[in-house]
Amino acid sequence: MAFLVFVACKEPKTITKELPADSIFRLTSDWQNQDGASMQLKDLQGKTLVVVMIYTSCRTACPVLVAKMKSIEGAINRKLIDDVSLVLVSIDPKNDTPEKLKEFAAKNNMADKHWMFLRSDDASTKEFANVLSMKYKQISPIDFSHSNIVSIFSPDGQMVKQIEGLEIDVRKVADIVNQTVKKNN
Amino acid sequence: MKKLNQFLVLAMTVLLFSCDKQQDSSQELVSKEESKTVQPISTEVKMITIPGGMYRPFYTSDSDIVKVEPFEIDERQVTNAEYLAFVKANPQWQKSRVKNTIYSDSTYLRDWPSDLELPPNADPEAPVTFVSWFAAKAFAESVGKRLPTLDEWEFIAMADQEVANAREKKSYSDDIIDLYVQKDRQFKKVKQSPPNYWGVYNMFDLVWEWTDDFNSILTTGDSRAGQYDDKGLFCAAGGATSASDLLNYAAFMRFSMRTTIKANYTISNLGFRCAKDAPTQ
Repeated sequence: MAFLVFVACKEPKTITKELPADSIFRLTSDWQNQDGASMQLKDLQGKTLVVVMIYTSCRTACPVLVAKMKSIEGAINRKLIDDVSLVLVSIDPKNDTPEKLKEFAAKNNMADKHWMFLRSDDASTKEFANVLSMKYKQISPIDFSHSNIVSIFSPDGQMVKQIEGLEIDVRKVADIVNQTVKKNN
Repeated sequence: MKKLNQFLVLAMTVLLFSCDKQQDSSQELVSKEESKTVQPISTEVKMITIPGGMYRPFYTSDSDIVKVEPFEIDERQVTNAEYLAFVKANPQWQKSRVKNTIYSDSTYLRDWPSDLELPPNADPEAPVTFVSWFAAKAFAESVGKRLPTLDEWEFIAMADQEVANAREKKSYSDDIIDLYVQKDRQFKKVKQSPPNYWGVYNMFDLVWEWTDDFNSILTTGDSRAGQYDDKGLFCAAGGATSASDLLNYAAFMRFSMRTTIKANYTISNLGFRCAKDAPTQ
């Protein structure tokens, strides 16, 4: 009976758990995913997140970054992958429509359910980039300069680690992701 | 056994009660967090219309000339008194609710003794400081404006008291550097020094200012990763050596500062002013 009480109490507690003050799930911006569904960042709550910002028409650094994300995905413990979302956020919301993002996902074999592509408006994109301390600038109608940062967030939206640059140690990033999932299970 | 049962019933009641309470308070919290809208306030600040024009950003070549569209700019920075009015109307931006969150580091409004009190020695007419980019942006929204872009701000900053573009004058940069090295200048009232060519005050003499897209400056390569952590180091070494106007050391300092800061930083000599698009004719 005591056990029942304990369980009954624990359940609602986890659902309505107060978010940490520095959680990205406190951002109230509106986003769309590759299926055109409207969402907020807090809808990603509960999974360990691996986040990068890219744009799909990029020919230089982004393909490298996207390839790295795929390698990270491949190196994550298969038993834990359902507790992970790999999120690619567009810095080019005008061109990266949900259809474009969906097409990009399919072309790059990133259609599994743990892949998420997001776009918002310019202001919210800038805000999110600032949360990641990521720098970017539109240098022509089709091109952007941007820093390359992989960010890992805990299931309640706290930043666990950021790795900057294209020379990412995939194994190490995947280990951090695995540990973050285990710690929060 | 009966006693034990009684105890369990009691324990259960207590537990249920505490669950309910927790649920209620967090629901309340969520609804507060979800309110996106900033309550409007009104301020008495003159705006100056800047006609815009061509401008070459620092750290670029002649081929990178940028056209700045006409815009309006506050003639001075947002003051302590105005910021107090803002947090009165917008409790979600009060000190106790913002510091150490995603929107600010630990020093937000550092010297304010409480949520609705200016620092004891602060002049209400001095620029507000220890505000993050997120906070500055929210303030601008509350007065129906926005933060100026980096290009807009630097366009105005080309002027001295006599001409719109004083970059070529030797005295221009030297004069600004003289201002930059003065101590405790952030505590002075706004509008006590002469305005520039456009009629805009205090571009250099009181505080550094946030711009909307301060995060658009990219230093070369990724080799500097991990080096922007110390917010005390404004005069970051390296980086801008290929800058086009090397004589403009003041612009170099601003450039370095912008590459060093992050949007949640709050700093003793960093404030802001607001801007908006010029009405279309």
